[in-house]
Amino acid sequence: MWRSAVIADVTVQTHRTRTLTLAVDGWMTHRAGQHVDLRLTADDGYQAARSYSLASGPGEPPQVTVDRLPDGEVSPYLVDIAAPGDALELRGPVGGYFVWSPQNSPQPPVLLIAGGSGVVPLHTMLRARLHAGDDTPMRLLYSARSWDDVIYRDELRQASSVSGVTVEFTLTRDIPPGWSGHTGRLDAAMLTELSWPATDRPDVFVCGPTRFVEAIADTLVDLGHDPAAVRTERFGG
Amino acid sequence: MDPVDGNALAGPLGTLFGQDVGDVTGVCAGCGLSSLLAETRVFDQAPGLVARCPGCEEVLATVIEMPRAVRLSLPGFRYVDIPSRTL
Amino acid sequence: MATVSRGFGGRRQDPAGGDLAARTPPGQYLTDGFPVLSAGPTPGVRLEDWAFEITGGREPVGWTWEQFRRLPSERFTCDIHCVTRWSKLETAWEGVSLDTLLAPVAHDAGYAVAVSHGGYTTNLPLTDLLGGKAWVAHTYAGQPLHPEHGGPARLVVPHLYFWKSAKWIRGLRLTAQDEPGFWERAGYHDYGDPWTEQRYASA
Repeated sequence: MWRSAVIADVTVQTHRTRTLTLAVDGWMTHRAGQHVDLRLTADDGYQAARSYSLASGPGEPPQVTVDRLPDGEVSPYLVDIAAPGDALELRGPVGGYFVWSPQNSPQPPVLLIAGGSGVVPLHTMLRARLHAGDDTPMRLLYSARSWDDVIYRDELRQASSVSGVTVEFTLTRDIPPGWSGHTGRLDAAMLTELSWPATDRPDVFVCGPTRFVEAIADTLVDLGHDPAAVRTERFGG
Repeated sequence: MDPVDGNALAGPLGTLFGQDVGDVTGVCAGCGLSSLLAETRVFDQAPGLVARCPGCEEVLATVIEMPRAVRLSLPGFRYVDIPSRTL
Repeated sequence: MATVSRGFGGRRQDPAGGDLAARTPPGQYLTDGFPVLSAGPTPGVRLEDWAFEITGGREPVGWTWEQFRRLPSERFTCDIHCVTRWSKLETAWEGVSLDTLLAPVAHDAGYAVAVSHGGYTTNLPLTDLLGGKAWVAHTYAGQPLHPEHGGPARLVVPHLYFWKSAKWIRGLRLTAQDEPGFWERAGYHDYGDPWTEQRYASA
């Protein structure tokens, strides 16, 4: 069921991503990792719909963080044109698989692995943990092309100072002078160094472009992780 | 054309018998692999959504958004299990 | 009535010109691009393994790639209309007419199911394949047909929605009765005329 939404606020994240806050009548709440479908209608009736991960934490107004795709139809509009007050339609929140929620009982450690804008739903899981004051160990490994492409930079750096939370960046293309983080692709050696061993039985969430997700998931299974504990969300493309 | 995850089925289908569709498990009639709908490989650049078995690529399900209904076909499942609602 | 998003135009050409508008079926939008749609992974078909076979007649008839490419090819230019609402005008192809391919086949069938590598199928009345209305195309815009667009060879039946133009075709199965194909079983229209918007089976 599609319902109307109005863009309430727009925040620039990077040179190619923006966060849109949406005002939706009757929005209840959502779980970290869920997504929504957004539909745009032109004045002559032409429509285009795309799926986006929710970018806000549970209990916050719905947000999406949109990455402008070079040949995109919807994302260039959402990143370059849409402004507060503009209307669109929304369906959701949906998804009950690629989700994580704080609970009142101890949970396995959570390993979050992001490629590019795949960080959006994973950052939301981190935010859900921080807001709930939960103490589940959580580790985010974030692969980006360059430091300028890193979304939620400040929030993620702050999060890494919280006890039980680790955030590691690896840059694959442009390395700034004095960079002290990791460089290069997240391969088996880097995964071994930065993640919990399979014997700790972490819950793993991997999100990013299809090829990134498949390479990471295959490597994790090779490293002994239970395939059922590795949850994936591919963008396609 | 790369597939996306079965989560994409949740948009048009939402919930099925009160459960998020991603939580539905099905067994492929072709190869016998049991998978969550969320784990299927969904081809979404098509006239409908096509969910294929992650094991053998058989077509398990198709979803078409019609004007007055969403049509779900399950041509490739031996059966699907819809988890009982937990309180 | 759907909510209109201010300033959203989509990735379309403006069919403002009368001629372009007249060539665009109802509910369709023009595109300059050539969107790639597929119900499954792109099959890698090597030319030395490729064959085209027509079954369901009195005798099966088939061609290897070499034999197929020795058949007379035609250049044709047509407008194509995808049920997902894009249309593309003036697409330039080269291929073998179904009139040529069906000529040596003795049969009393009324319908055909196009069968593709990867398992895709689509059904058509034989009258829609004959009379210079359908081709098995091997060349697009002067280049060998790219695998993303159905290469080595695809069916092209421009007067029906483009899902009828099966990519990666490997043969036809002639049938007495109409047998729905992949999308037709899943809920799309059995015939698929874009000018009368035969999109869905029902509902």
